[in-house]
Amino acid sequence: MKAPMYSWQASLAFLLVIFPIVVFVTNVGVPGLAWPYSGFSGGLAIALVTLPAWFSGRLLKLWEAALCFVCAHGAAVLLLGGIRGHEGTAGPGYYLVLASAWLLAWRCVAILSEQRPLSRLASTALRLIIPAIFGAWILIIWEAVTRGAGIPFILLPPPSAIGARIASSLPVLGADVRQTIFKAVIFGYVVGSGTGFLVAIAADRVPFLRRGLLPIGNMVSALPIIGVAPIMVMWFGFDWQSKAAVVIIMTFFPMLVNTVAGLAASGHMERDLMRTYASGYWQTLLKLRLPAAAPFIFNALKINSTLALIGAIVAEFFGTPVVGMGFRISTEVGRMNIDMVWAEIAVAALAGSVFYGVVALVERAVTFWHPSVRGG
Amino acid sequence: MTGTSPAVVAASKLGLTFQTNDGPVQALSNVDLTIGKGEFVSFIGPSGCGKTTLLRVIADLEKPTSGTISVNGMTAEQAREKRAYGYVFQAAALFPWRTIERNVGLPLEIMGLSKAEQAQRIKRTLDLVNLRGFEKKYPWQLSGGMQQRASIARALAFDADLLLMDEPFGALDEIVRDHLNEQLLELWGRTNKTICFVTHSIPEAVYLSTRIVVMSPRPGRVSDIIESTLPKQRPLDIRETPEFLAIAARVRDGLRAGHSYDD
Repeated sequence: MKAPMYSWQASLAFLLVIFPIVVFVTNVGVPGLAWPYSGFSGGLAIALVTLPAWFSGRLLKLWEAALCFVCAHGAAVLLLGGIRGHEGTAGPGYYLVLASAWLLAWRCVAILSEQRPLSRLASTALRLIIPAIFGAWILIIWEAVTRGAGIPFILLPPPSAIGARIASSLPVLGADVRQTIFKAVIFGYVVGSGTGFLVAIAADRVPFLRRGLLPIGNMVSALPIIGVAPIMVMWFGFDWQSKAAVVIIMTFFPMLVNTVAGLAASGHMERDLMRTYASGYWQTLLKLRLPAAAPFIFNALKINSTLALIGAIVAEFFGTPVVGMGFRISTEVGRMNIDMVWAEIAVAALAGSVFYGVVALVERAVTFWHPSVRGG
Repeated sequence: MTGTSPAVVAASKLGLTFQTNDGPVQALSNVDLTIGKGEFVSFIGPSGCGKTTLLRVIADLEKPTSGTISVNGMTAEQAREKRAYGYVFQAAALFPWRTIERNVGLPLEIMGLSKAEQAQRIKRTLDLVNLRGFEKKYPWQLSGGMQQRASIARALAFDADLLLMDEPFGALDEIVRDHLNEQLLELWGRTNKTICFVTHSIPEAVYLSTRIVVMSPRPGRVSDIIESTLPKQRPLDIRETPEFLAIAARVRDGLRAGHSYDD
């Protein structure tokens, strides 16, 4: 005797698909109509989005999620297949089917987000599946809208074209990553963060450095990278060394400031405790103040991981050998090869996320004791 | 008072004035005090009476501005550098990145003892405060009472004869506090250490001490010193005896006298 519990996503999806159904049924067999009225695949897509929209309230939550998942993505595949070769011809039916499929995917993610899985495996899987569906739909809508509306390639290429470009330019992209990330970024990041750390400790130890250097460091952080990069190219040449120099300048200051703040983070009681043990400066530093500063230091490392990438890419706009991510972006824009620009952006985003992720994982392992990590 | 034993702490005409933005504040003035070996001395008084400051002067965490202080016959600074005392703070102040055994081993590491010596002392002191089995836990996995016991173990680990405790049980609930008071007395009886104990609880002071130093504020000074007549063996229910209540009444009178000119 249970009344079906309809979600608003499923209800709205159903309302949106009524119009395509009516048009489809009244025009069966009429030739020359645009997708989804043109044949079997359009009809199947309409049926696929109607099915879960109709049944969703009557099923167990997990079955509903599974049904929404299968039908939404099935409809998306049919929809993207249907528009291929007919770019720019999409009518209201196309967008209505797209919108209902998207709502069903939303419903699926909403159900999955409510789940409180008991096993670690299931919770890990959920942590991966939910953002995966989310990301997939950003790409699906991007692809469907750029193709459906026939958006000019120069303005915004569809993700499939960017993907194809990545696949066909792997050697070039690989060389660019080697030049920009493995040479300039890594070197600059290590040296910049390292010197920032060492100078922070020196400033902590020597009062005149603290008084004199920190304000100057403030000024360095305000240097415009656009202005510094060409000067570094003059000083250190066209190759990766000048880009590493820009990265060093950019990463130095966040590390300096955060480490100085971190060294002040240990409590009075803890420092008094070390004093009662007649602990020397270096022992107190190693056993108390640096561990207490670790959360601050990792904060700087995370900030720097993205800053370093930006710095190196922007610096390459000001002169570089004919390789490198920034060089590629600036020249391919000039040649209207926008898909290559997007390919570099995608690779940079991926590399940046991996870089950040690795630092974040090390942080979790080192500062396991911090309330923000152990959760409480 | 055990007048014949050598003085562990001797203060004479001790004064300390803090320079603050609102002008000088006299935290201690004219404190004369001698603490003999094996005594359990409590410092009691309202906040601002300088009891914690006095303990910090003994520990060389503050420098007196007048008078003299000696600890174990040395200056306070020499005594600190010789690790003459263990200090227990108001909070456990355990390092969250170290396990309990490595927290207890911290002073031993700083003193540069061998690993084997460290392990042996850690084991012995953890047994002393009944924390066996928690060696590998982190401080945040333990209750407040257990954390404070671990911090006492840390102060005991390097075998200093003097234990300075600054309201160590102030943040704990009364049940845990009673239990730890009992354990502390037992520990004191077994180790024959000299203990200086800051508290603002009259029953706690009377239950634990051989001598109670009553202090009063503005300026911080010693207003009375009360010898306890209680025996060394003290079960918890000694707190209902007339003798205990008489001492507590004297302490209360002393506190009131120190306050009498206050509005």
